Amino acid sequence: MLPFSFEKVRTEQDAIRAAAAGARYIAGGTTLIDLMRDEVERPERLVDINALPMADIRADGSDLVIGALARMSDVAAHPETKRLQPLIAESLIEGASPQLRNMASMGGNLLQRVRCPYFRMLDAACNKRDPGSGCSAIEGLNAGHAILGTSDHCVATHPSDVAVALVALGATMRVRGPQGERTFPVEELFRLPGDTPHLEHTLRPGELIVEIRVPGGPYARQARYLKVRDRASYEFALVSAAVALETEGDTIRQARVAVGGVGTRPWRMRAVEEALRGKATDRNAFEAAAHLALEGTRPLSHNHYKVELLPRTIVRALEMAGGTA
Amino acid sequence: MSDHDRIPLRQARPMAEKGAAGSRLSRRSVLQMAGGAASLAAASVATTQTASSDGPPATSTTRVRLVVNGSARELELDLRQSLLDVLRERLDLTGTKKGCNQGACGACTVLVNGRRVTSCLTLAVMHDGAEITTIEGLARGDELHPLQAAFIEHDGFQCGFCTPGQIMSGVACIAEGHATSPEQIQFWMSGNICRCAAYPGIVAAVADAAGRT
Ligand SMILES: Cc1cc2nc3c(=O)[nH]c(=O)nc-3n(C[C@H](O)[C@H](O)[C@H](O)COP(=O)(O)OP(=O)(O)OC[C@H]3O[C@@H](n4cnc5c(N)ncnc54)[C@H](O)[C@@H]3O)c2cc1C
Ligand code: SF4
Ligand code: FES
Ligand code: FES
Repeated sequence: MLPFSFEKVRTEQDAIRAAAAGARYIAGGTTLIDLMRDEVERPERLVDINALPMADIRADGSDLVIGALARMSDVAAHPETKRLQPLIAESLIEGASPQLRNMASMGGNLLQRVRCPYFRMLDAACNKRDPGSGCSAIEGLNAGHAILGTSDHCVATHPSDVAVALVALGATMRVRGPQGERTFPVEELFRLPGDTPHLEHTLRPGELIVEIRVPGGPYARQARYLKVRDRASYEFALVSAAVALETEGDTIRQARVAVGGVGTRPWRMRAVEEALRGKATDRNAFEAAAHLALEGTRPLSHNHYKVELLPRTIVRALEMAGGTA
Repeated sequence: MSDHDRIPLRQARPMAEKGAAGSRLSRRSVLQMAGGAASLAAASVATTQTASSDGPPATSTTRVRLVVNGSARELELDLRQSLLDVLRERLDLTGTKKGCNQGACGACTVLVNGRRVTSCLTLAVMHDGAEITTIEGLARGDELHPLQAAFIEHDGFQCGFCTPGQIMSGVACIAEGHATSPEQIQFWMSGNICRCAAYPGIVAAVADAAGRT
């Protein structure tokens, strides 16, 4: 690990001032320290934000409000999360391990970096780590990589689980920075790789994620997260789906669908949602709608299976949410 | 190669212990000495090289106070040292194991303020004032912790390398209320990998100890 300087801050102003001058925020450290040890990340200054009062989890009417420093385990176990947004709890529990969830913060989770093996292999070409060096995954081992939102420069998936649920539910995030405060949909945090895969998010220099707000909705309680992976738990998703349904009798009034493991960012499936509106909650309707998820997919040499797995995962998640699985 | 091997440790001074060496201190006296865990946590970390100076320091050290298995320890640490390396290399608490050093295997699991964490993925400097419990802190004298005894009884290990992490994780799993069925135990213990696949014994041991506590 390369040397760095370290500062623990007490106030948001101090944090933002340090970050605006080039320091890197550290929360749980489960992404950052791991990558610093491999010298993939090389921050010269760290600013420890854990003493800031941003770990609250609360209800605001039917909205769930989560502080950026709230730990994954605490958010998942919180009674208001279970009451208002069980999908958030389920997607959190399906991620990482109990130990990691005790450490990992919500803000850090959204900004976690890709799990592409070449990203941490310092002697392999990787445009994300070393812009312009090439992408080793496109012709290499790419079974775990994306089929949506890829470019000729990077094909890595965004690995977060809870981000998929947040995107499905239309959550927003509040950030503060040197230029003040702004609020925007979590979905807009993530950039597509395009020809600048080293730029992953839309935060401006020095901006601090303060909190995440998950709006309530009539679909919030009929919502499930299904994660398909190589082992039963503690593994990143091959394909995952977060779905939420509002039904009246056997008819779908509205649906929310987002998927993980297949996109270069958490992927909201608006065409699938539209196709489900007004349909019956049965397998035929689910299959017809889920098929639309394949629009625009570009499989790589080793991940054709995701084309098959993606609609099936959505169908199964819809059945789980609809209570027919 | 461990980080420790790669970092030229500049020990400004050898490990200093507050209080009588080797004697176990009560939590209360520890807190009195240290000025209270809360105020410790709130105290700012004074590094020998502060963040306001320009550029990265060559090697910078800082003073960190930890309460490890009930004993207050005050150490001069390299900022880069993980909690795991400090426990193993500085405090000689080698029960906690380094498996992957990437958060993936659970061998390094310890309790920080009662919560299980992977000590390889966290910097010691971030835990100034924290209470750490390692496998060495579970037994009371010659009397094993019920989960340690259960691991022996149920053959919860073969080579034993993952065992300290399994036991620390199991202690937390039980305390969290997640050891209610074999399926729950499997899920909530999945952050601890066992290369020898002693899983049936591990699950049985955790279930047994949960039933007794
Ligand atoms: C073995 C392993 C398995 C995992 N499995 C999963 C999984 O299955 N699913 C999943 O979703 N995740 C998984 N993870 C990833 C884990 O969830 C993330 O590492 C964690 O959520 C990151 O949070 P942190 O607080 O530790 O972030 P840190 O490492 O502290 O920070 C990460 C990044 O976010 C920035 N940052 C942190 N907080 C803020 C803030 N408030 N404002 C602005 N920037 C900020 C930091 O500067 C840094 O760039 C796994 C990790 C490991 C090591
Ligand atoms: S997929 Fe992205 S992260 Fe992986 S090697 Fe290519 S550029 Fe790097
Ligand atoms: S050594 Fe820490 S999780 Fe493997
Ligand atoms: S007993 Fe050998 S690794 Fe678990």
